[in-house]
Amino acid sequence: MTMRVSFRRWLRKEGSAYAFLSSYAVLFIVFIAIPVVVAFLLSFTYFDTIQAPRPIGLRNYINLLTQDDVFMKYVLPNTIEFAVLVGPGGYMLAFLLAWMLAQLPRIPRTLLALILYSPSMTSAVTMAVVWKTLFSSDQSGYLNSLLLDLGIIQDPVQWLQSPQHLMPIMIVVTLWSSMGVGFLAMLAGILEVNPELYEAAAVDGLSNRWQQIFYITIPSMKPQMLFGAVMAIVGTFQAGSIGVALSGANPTPQYAGQLLVNHIEDYGFLRYEMGYAAAISVVLLLMVLFFSRLANRLFGEEDR
Amino acid sequence: MRSRSRRKSYSLRNSGINPSGFHPSQIQFYIILAPVVAFMLVPIIFIVSNAFKPPEELFAYPPRFFVVNPTGKNFADLFTLFSASDVPVSRYLFNSIMVTVVSMAASLIVSSTAAFALSKKRFKLKQTLFAVNTVALMFVPVAVAIPRFLIIARLGLINSALVHVLPALAMPVGLFLLKQFIDSIPNDVIEAAQIDGASDLQIYWRIVLPMVKPALATIAILTFQATWNNADTSAMYINVEGLKTFAFYLSTLSSTTTGANLVAGQGMAAAAALIMFVPNLLLFIILQSQVMSTMSHSGLKG
Repeated sequence: MTMRVSFRRWLRKEGSAYAFLSSYAVLFIVFIAIPVVVAFLLSFTYFDTIQAPRPIGLRNYINLLTQDDVFMKYVLPNTIEFAVLVGPGGYMLAFLLAWMLAQLPRIPRTLLALILYSPSMTSAVTMAVVWKTLFSSDQSGYLNSLLLDLGIIQDPVQWLQSPQHLMPIMIVVTLWSSMGVGFLAMLAGILEVNPELYEAAAVDGLSNRWQQIFYITIPSMKPQMLFGAVMAIVGTFQAGSIGVALSGANPTPQYAGQLLVNHIEDYGFLRYEMGYAAAISVVLLLMVLFFSRLANRLFGEEDR
Repeated sequence: MRSRSRRKSYSLRNSGINPSGFHPSQIQFYIILAPVVAFMLVPIIFIVSNAFKPPEELFAYPPRFFVVNPTGKNFADLFTLFSASDVPVSRYLFNSIMVTVVSMAASLIVSSTAAFALSKKRFKLKQTLFAVNTVALMFVPVAVAIPRFLIIARLGLINSALVHVLPALAMPVGLFLLKQFIDSIPNDVIEAAQIDGASDLQIYWRIVLPMVKPALATIAILTFQATWNNADTSAMYINVEGLKTFAFYLSTLSSTTTGANLVAGQGMAAAAALIMFVPNLLLFIILQSQVMSTMSHSGLKG
């Protein structure tokens, strides 16, 4: 009896809030929360999709760290190289571009921001068409033709099929499309900084633009910096399929462009070792979480 | 407004952040930005230029970047030819438009109702649930492609049109941006309405939604990009050719293994690439000032 009364009271007080939340909550649980939990659980099993998952403890993780030569020799170093250059590299580039745009009047600023943002609107499938044509491996490829004309190379280069060129191209292509939501957020953040702060600092003798950036701009827009950082980290790890899209093969030629995401697909959808693939997924999610924590350290507000 | 003496010391109206006009100090930024902007533009111009190239220009040697004799032939081919499995291209395009429109509408409702509750309602788990969503900002969908596949199969969504829509609706970034924006509506406004006897549904519909239009525009764009550009859903969850989307069709044109007619395929792929890109661009141009105003509320407190 009392339970029913207290339930009614709860329903009157909080019921409407949960009703408003319900549709999002259901979708969130089904498509985000459960997949993460299932990935975590599967990572402790052997699962080939035919028989039921068989628990094998930490075996997948041990194999990943001790047996998987491809992972240790190619995937992990590749992922770190790619992540460092595209993540922090792209992030700093986004900030500097946003900062320079903020120094311009409204109309040119909007136009240039649109141009810088537009690559991030393109879809992976659209760009696969474009990059494959631009980097085409015969002498009628655009880049080959240009470089042959300029006399920089003597023979056409197999851009997308050669191990030493694939990774740099992946990085450039990803940076090209990385001026997305985080970039816009930082641009908005820079424009919102109270101009009186700059004037006050100028009176105090702070005039150098670099000093302004580090002592005024960045500290005044930490929340946007953090949002931009999280978006950069997620975008970096999300972009993993680019190597396969460019070279048209998984695994990529001599594993040159093999990243964690491709390794997951390789084991999950090509070899049907779902348990092992799930273990790699967990490693990937932990890496994202780790880097986001790091960003949090840098830009989190002190007064929590 | 600004005194003349201070003007001299630092802040000329047109230099510094957000100037109102031209100032010589801006030239340096134009000079640095010019090559970057040019680099960003090359592939975009290429998409446009290639779509209008006749076959002899697409395969010309030496290749030419800009189109010389523009033609609409690639578009004509695209819409008259049938795909390898006898599905007309217009069918893929229709599917894409339907999926995108339905997803955008559904996403606006799902995100805004939840954001309203997380911002303006009082309940015990409020902070916790928002924190969970903030952690989920870091969620990388490709990492859990396998469990997602298993769950979607278990729910019987394989080969269902719904699979194009439902997973796209759980969008932590969308909820986050919208919630931050609703936070900026003063509580007094909500309380005044409550005193006047407005129900939560009325407050949500008549007061909150009209005040957060910029954020809604942003959610619409993000959902648009996530669904319109999506080829993976069709590839992974749909085996019925008539239910696949235009983005998927484009991916088959560009892959060398299925391109039955490589020469016609290249031109069609170029035309299809332009059709994929233009709606993205137009939508952003129309809504860009709304998006920027949302982004100034995007701050993430650690």
